[in-house]
Amino acid sequence: MDRIRVLVAKPGLDGHDRGAKVIARALRDAGMEVIYTGLRQTPEMIVNAALQEDVQVIGLSILSGAHNAIVPRVMELLREKGMDDVLVTVGGIIPDEDARELKKLGVAAVFQPGASLEEIVDFIRSSVKQTA
Amino acid sequence: MKLMAQLTGAPATPARKTLSGIPVEPVYGPEDMRGLELPAPGQFPYTRGIHESMYRGRLWTMRQFSGFATPEETNQRYRYLLSQGQTGLSVAFDLPTLMGYDADHATSAGEVGKCGVSISSLEDMEILFREIPLGEVTVSMTINSPAPVIWAMYLAVAEKQGVDWSRVSGTLQNDILKEYIAQKEYIFPPRPSMRLVTDVIEYSTQRVPRFNPISISGYHIREAGSTAVQELAFTLRDGIEYVDWAMERGLPVDSFAPRLSFFFNSHNDFFEEIAKYRAARKIWAEVMRYRYGAGDERSWKLRTHAQTAGCSLTWQQPYNNIVRTTLQALAAVLGGTQSLHTNSLDEAYALPSEHAVTIALRTQQVIAYESEAPAVADPLGGSYFIESLTAEMEKRANDYIRRIDEMGGMIPAIERGFPQTEIANASYEYQHSIETGEQKIVGVNAFVEENEEPIELLQIDETAQQHQLEKLAKLKSRRDNAKVQNSLDHLRHAAEGRENTMPFILDAVRAYATLGEICDTFRDAFGTYTETSVI
Repeated sequence: MDRIRVLVAKPGLDGHDRGAKVIARALRDAGMEVIYTGLRQTPEMIVNAALQEDVQVIGLSILSGAHNAIVPRVMELLREKGMDDVLVTVGGIIPDEDARELKKLGVAAVFQPGASLEEIVDFIRSSVKQTA
Repeated sequence: MKLMAQLTGAPATPARKTLSGIPVEPVYGPEDMRGLELPAPGQFPYTRGIHESMYRGRLWTMRQFSGFATPEETNQRYRYLLSQGQTGLSVAFDLPTLMGYDADHATSAGEVGKCGVSISSLEDMEILFREIPLGEVTVSMTINSPAPVIWAMYLAVAEKQGVDWSRVSGTLQNDILKEYIAQKEYIFPPRPSMRLVTDVIEYSTQRVPRFNPISISGYHIREAGSTAVQELAFTLRDGIEYVDWAMERGLPVDSFAPRLSFFFNSHNDFFEEIAKYRAARKIWAEVMRYRYGAGDERSWKLRTHAQTAGCSLTWQQPYNNIVRTTLQALAAVLGGTQSLHTNSLDEAYALPSEHAVTIALRTQQVIAYESEAPAVADPLGGSYFIESLTAEMEKRANDYIRRIDEMGGMIPAIERGFPQTEIANASYEYQHSIETGEQKIVGVNAFVEENEEPIELLQIDETAQQHQLEKLAKLKSRRDNAKVQNSLDHLRHAAEGRENTMPFILDAVRAYATLGEICDTFRDAFGTYTETSVI
């Protein structure tokens, strides 16, 4: 079976990339192909990277509270480009009510502080398998 | 103990180590202190503290880091905190400000006022300190890449309040190296950034002598996932880099070194944190005296601010965070800090509510006035364990410092990704130890509760952004735009030359040039920086 391809992206102005890097490494250790965008990516840059790298999953890491501005734009761009089949997950400081709203927009999962790496890896594996 | 286990054949107690991986024995004795000298508090090399009487002479400054939404709202919070017995202010800026963008820049959308207060011009700074006398209150400002601009705004507000700069006191973080290493809020490449840092140090030495022009920070290095030893080593090696640059500028070491200040994290491993502060003072005193030949005792003394560890706070069972913060704050006090910020219980969720920040301040007050911890200078001095751990941390930090010296200093080390990789490895290992359960976190991977009650949080809505945009638009139409352009042209010229840029930044700020306009001038002159990410 082909390896799952994941884009780990850090949108917005925030530079706190500890979480994004830990996740990227954990997914890689779990056998996935991981592309890390680096810092300060706009939604446009993220979606373009996802298209070029032909990923099945985008993981967005946002800690700054800007998720309500950033995530809807990413989802909109994915729809515009016909990339609705890409699994989008969000990790970071996302309040429960915002998490519910993001899921309505099509975000597959929101991982809040304290989520375990195992849980994230398992979620991506099982979700990608279902859609494959 | 080891001998006993061998004789009886009983299993030894399980191996333990500090968060930095230093092995910890079940018990320590006189043999663990052999050969160690312990001069009294107030004596070189100040392992036991920089003052003879420590907190009996003067308590630490209780300085809560705060800022959110608009300058108007943050000004209200500051006045509230001062009325509750807080003794200094500490400004948190939002991400656009930290990155040198005005509130009306395209990339600021959704970020204005979210992680701190939004400042785009001198007008915002005037509002932020309205009715706060800058000749009496000391203010710490957490700003790095745009630090010279924000400091110029601060000095201009003091001018407008009629306060002479010789009376203005406070601290500018202005520590760009740890941005490349850990927090990643940089704008320009390392060398022009170091030139701006040095401009501030030089200008403060000459014109604002009571101001601390830099706060050399390990806090963010630790938050990015380093160990305590790495925090200690990288921070002090950053300090060495700043001293080198200032001396190359031609400043005598004793003219600026007494105003260098530090900022460390206070994390969960209680004794290791205490040892870290003690080792920091010893290493710095020896560096200043022997590496640089500083002769003024004040140059030898490492003065530090401490903040409890934001990254240790949990989203689960948030009230437990009060307990974590209390222990961490006590470690900083027993370690001999000069000022302290205690985190609020809700900070794994959001910027703190007024209720939560009051509990955090009360935590410091309970330690200060009820626990009797401040009664004796370095009360743990002479403890077999603490002294042994202090010596071990000193040794391990000095090993790192030597390796970075061998790479040619901190800038080449950063360019080859050395501290970044060390931190990423440590952070991954720490997360791994939580995953396996080797490291227990109460409420997260041990003693977990289902269906927790939500707590009340501070909400920052989009009205802050709207308010800032309107104010900025009015300012831009009201000010003398020819004067603004003229000041920016002069600044550009200075940036491309070798002069100190501070007088030119001050002129631009006084003309109400915005933070974004001034930083754009520097972007044009210096270019911008993008890191090569390592995972």
